[in-house]
Amino acid sequence: MSESPTSSKTSRLLGVAVALGAIALVLLAFIAVEPDVRINAETGQEIGQFDAVRLLFVHVPAALIAYLAFTVTTVGSAVVLWKRSVWWDVVAGASAEIGALCAALTLITGSIWGRPIWNTWWEWGDVRLLTTLVLFMLSLGYLAVRRLEGTATERARRSAIVGLLLFLNVVIVNRSVEWWASQTLHQKSTIADATIEGNTLFTLFFAMVVGVGAYVWMMIHRFRLAWLERMSDRFGTDDLLAARRAEADDHARIASAVGGTSPEGESS
Amino acid sequence: MVEARPRVGGAAQAVLVAKKDLRIEARSRVAINQVVPFALLVLVLFGFALDADTAALRNFAPGLFWLAVLLAAVLAVHRSVSVESGDGVGDALLLAGLRPDAVFVGKTLALGGQLLALAVVLLGGIVVLYGASIEDAGLLVITLIAAVIGIASTGTVYGALLAGQQARETVLPMLLLPVLSPVLIAATRAWGDAMGTVATDGWAWLALLAGFAAIYSLVGAMSYGTLLEAAHV
Amino acid sequence: MTHLVYLIAGWGITFVACGVYAMSVMRRSRRVAARVPVDRRRWMTAKDADQLGES
Repeated sequence: MSESPTSSKTSRLLGVAVALGAIALVLLAFIAVEPDVRINAETGQEIGQFDAVRLLFVHVPAALIAYLAFTVTTVGSAVVLWKRSVWWDVVAGASAEIGALCAALTLITGSIWGRPIWNTWWEWGDVRLLTTLVLFMLSLGYLAVRRLEGTATERARRSAIVGLLLFLNVVIVNRSVEWWASQTLHQKSTIADATIEGNTLFTLFFAMVVGVGAYVWMMIHRFRLAWLERMSDRFGTDDLLAARRAEADDHARIASAVGGTSPEGESS
Repeated sequence: MVEARPRVGGAAQAVLVAKKDLRIEARSRVAINQVVPFALLVLVLFGFALDADTAALRNFAPGLFWLAVLLAAVLAVHRSVSVESGDGVGDALLLAGLRPDAVFVGKTLALGGQLLALAVVLLGGIVVLYGASIEDAGLLVITLIAAVIGIASTGTVYGALLAGQQARETVLPMLLLPVLSPVLIAATRAWGDAMGTVATDGWAWLALLAGFAAIYSLVGAMSYGTLLEAAHV
Repeated sequence: MTHLVYLIAGWGITFVACGVYAMSVMRRSRRVAARVPVDRRRWMTAKDADQLGES
């Protein structure tokens, strides 16, 4: 792992910090945090999320990073269109890929949490759920556009436009889904009745810090990979051309050595 | 963008482009021979999928109708783009001094016109096949127009981005369908009100549709020149 | 501990997915890096940015 061409001193340090943070997070989440058990004042029954509350420590950071990552993509897209920045184009693409991964994880962990707590894998009445799902699908579309053919400049501008529209679309979808849900479904209260405090609050905060650290670490590597790919496209072609020229020179030399005329009079 | 000196105004240019597209469609007959039958086929397949349950079909008629329109719209957008992608027609249009926003409006009008015609046929389809009944014709018609403008303008924007791409057939639905999900929601609710299948304020949903159509028409008209440049391969 | 299966699934999927993604990025970068000259591998410099701003 340490020999990866995309790692540097900074990224290695950050990687170690994130790994340690992840271990600490697991310990905090499974040992320090008490299960969410409350007593219903009227019936005396135990209610709450019990140990399922520990899922929030992966679900919430994943959601946070997903939205953070797509915000970075939108900002990057704007800068690409405004300043024709190559750096921001690479950042926007890298961030969108990580964002798509985190959006998928948000949906999956949310679904796993919803099964015991809401008694359903999927809740059509929850606006955040639907918005995140549509956002995930839009991001897949964005990534597909990034893979289309064309020169680097064309690709950058095309993706930047889709990236900007991504933001517009998410806002429109969020507003309309919210309205739709409020008019047609009984919106369930999510976890409004549970007060988050003490160790749980600290662990949640810690999980977000680790999450953002992991995002930055992943961004560094993904950025450098994208950068290498650009370099490879560029210099790979140059190398091939140089090799062809050398070959042609060889032919010319052989041809003149045997007394024939050099093909096309090559000399470079 | 090179400063052009058009002899005709922007609106006239848009009409020219729309006429051109519609004329090509009228001659090639792809819309009539392929897109409309496809959409009708989708309606029939919904009937099979829902077990020919008349009550359910009647109840879900607005949603099924708009889903069929969206699927057919993807095909129609492909057509709208491909008439331009051969032989550098898109470049020729701009070189001829046409304003990009006029080209956008023209292509949106042509696409919207076809979708409108398609929708009328499909409306007959759901009345006959699903037993849908129209209770508020005014709401129904205005919703139809607003939704079609929204779909056509969005389709023209994303279609232009993917012009000349081999992968367009697979990427276009991926981009277009999630983007159009608010249209599906709002148009279905508004038609639900107009057909008396749900108790909701259809006019409020119509406002949402109109907003969507306005936003995408504006975005498209303003950015179409950039889109064409970005899509250029 | 209640909901143990759900907890293992949720945490497991998250960590495995992130790990697999990180590994795939590194594997891809190792493959691509073989085709890029060493002096081009590190961070972008201002000069590089100029050369690539081909628009």
